[in-house]
Amino acid sequence: MQERVRLSDAQINRDLLRSIFETPKWYWFLVAFLGLVVLAGFTAAGYMFNQGLGVTGLNRPVMWGFFITNFVFWIGISHAGVMLSAILRLVQAEWRRPATRAAEVLTVFSLMTAMMMPLIHAGRPWRVMYWVFPYDFARGVYPNVRSALVWDPAAVFTYLTSSILFVFIALVPDIAVLRDRTTGWRHVMYSVLSLGWRGSVRQWKLQLIAGILLSAIILPIFVSVHSIVSWDFGTAMSVEGWHSTVFAPYFVIGAVHSGVSAVVTVMIALRWVFKWENYIRMEHLDALAKLLIVVATGWFYFFILEFIFGLYSLEGPEVALREMQVFQMPWTALFITFLLCAYFIPVPMWLIPKVRRSIPLMIFTTILVNIGMWLERFIIIVPGLARKQVFTFTWGGYTPSAVEIVIVIATFALVSMLVLLFAKVFPLIPIGDAKEGMILYDEIKIGKVMVPAVMREE
Amino acid sequence: MANKSVLGLFDNADTAADATDVLLEAGCAQEDFDVLTGSPYPEGAFGEKNPKHHIYVFPLVGALMGLSVALLLTAGTQLAYPMVTGGKPILAFPAMTIIGYEGTLLGAVIFTILGIIFESRLPRPKLDPYDPRITEGYIGLLVTCTEEKVDVMEQALRRGKAVDVIHEKGRAL
Repeated sequence: MQERVRLSDAQINRDLLRSIFETPKWYWFLVAFLGLVVLAGFTAAGYMFNQGLGVTGLNRPVMWGFFITNFVFWIGISHAGVMLSAILRLVQAEWRRPATRAAEVLTVFSLMTAMMMPLIHAGRPWRVMYWVFPYDFARGVYPNVRSALVWDPAAVFTYLTSSILFVFIALVPDIAVLRDRTTGWRHVMYSVLSLGWRGSVRQWKLQLIAGILLSAIILPIFVSVHSIVSWDFGTAMSVEGWHSTVFAPYFVIGAVHSGVSAVVTVMIALRWVFKWENYIRMEHLDALAKLLIVVATGWFYFFILEFIFGLYSLEGPEVALREMQVFQMPWTALFITFLLCAYFIPVPMWLIPKVRRSIPLMIFTTILVNIGMWLERFIIIVPGLARKQVFTFTWGGYTPSAVEIVIVIATFALVSMLVLLFAKVFPLIPIGDAKEGMILYDEIKIGKVMVPAVMREE
Repeated sequence: MANKSVLGLFDNADTAADATDVLLEAGCAQEDFDVLTGSPYPEGAFGEKNPKHHIYVFPLVGALMGLSVALLLTAGTQLAYPMVTGGKPILAFPAMTIIGYEGTLLGAVIFTILGIIFESRLPRPKLDPYDPRITEGYIGLLVTCTEEKVDVMEQALRRGKAVDVIHEKGRAL
């Protein structure tokens, strides 16, 4: 049942522009605190560039650790944008309206953060340019396009560019609202960014087409990005646990699971911080939790398949890896925590309607999912590399160093800070969409009850 | 004679829709007026014609261009430095397909965005005549006519219960 409140256009403007025109006292304190954490991360990265990768816990044979785990994690979070925005737009789901912008913005910032991780991991980021961009005309040396490490930046760059353009084009009508309500340099900035939008019939029609058309084009990009991330592992030689046939879809659906959970966390935070109870309503959280049950169960199915395929062939090294992941400490503890956090605690809870409509429990379960999904990536990446293989003679375990821990924590602060700063400049709920929802909303009387009805836009 | 624009502001959609009939009766052709709103209304809500556009051509052209650039870049750079790695052919089909796929979609997205901007007749250097109340829920009927017909159109807009009429470059009484 919808719990919509009738709001005028002026009220919607006032509510949704509150984040821009009113600055609560805590806002700059929070931004400053997050900024300090980010600064600590950059300092740690600078120290690492100066001293070399020896200051990390990376050592043969575990050369991929926290940074690459964090890269896969943030790529996963970025999948929320397309999952929610594109798919819900294409199926014209009415409850998408408050979620799309937050999801798209989270996509952009998490992708930017994800792209930083391999650069930091490389230790010499400036050299990465040689194997990503075909620019070394002087020497005639170009990237090896047969390497998955070139496919990956190509896919992520395509996804990032598309997401930024998608966010921008959907923002234009909302920027025009801002243009009409600002003065001075802010008016000039919003005037330039709104491109002279007036809201003609033609402009609105093309705006609606843009939403559908771009969603349809970005969907295949979204599938390709996390598939290609899985190929970073799948195409590597001699690492057990990385060659399952379901690796690509397993990665994609895992990304959707963590991404949609992150969007729910962000939406709840926005609802609380900016008092958007009339826009991000319990019915939205309820619908998203139901969606998460389906996504989580789909992901769990792939997880089981991946594990069974590993064990069923009874190949010694593969079975030994699974034994290590499940029965050897500290992996046992991480494995149990991962499963509890990613599936066995949140999903049964979401089955209870009261949980789906409880702010504290939804924030708890969605954060839990992302703790679990971060551990999932760690458990996929590190044990495979750490396990002894034939013809590998140097052994070292993996314990993340303080430098790696600080950098990983800083990435969470960075994404949070960027979302907060974005909310200070642009509305995080699409204003035009919210108003359209009001135009199309009606109530019809059936028997003795009034039933909410929403027309479908074409 | 130069054309002039007059903007009539209406405080609700029904009045604005009725006012379009008054404009037609006053001799204004359907293609001579536009409806400005702060949110998308269902198609035909103001009796307007469905605007023609060619937006679907843009992603197709972009996709073709993106694919061509990706394949040229992939093949060109590999042939320019033909080093065999992992026993794979210099022009490896799977690798070129992946880069080609991403290039195709990137081209399609970029051209779609350009197409949306172009077909929306943006960027537009001047808004005049325009009123910020449009993004506050008012409906604007923007009439373009010859200078001599401006008064007739203003009267028609007022007969149609416009709460305000704004002329190009400044506000009328």
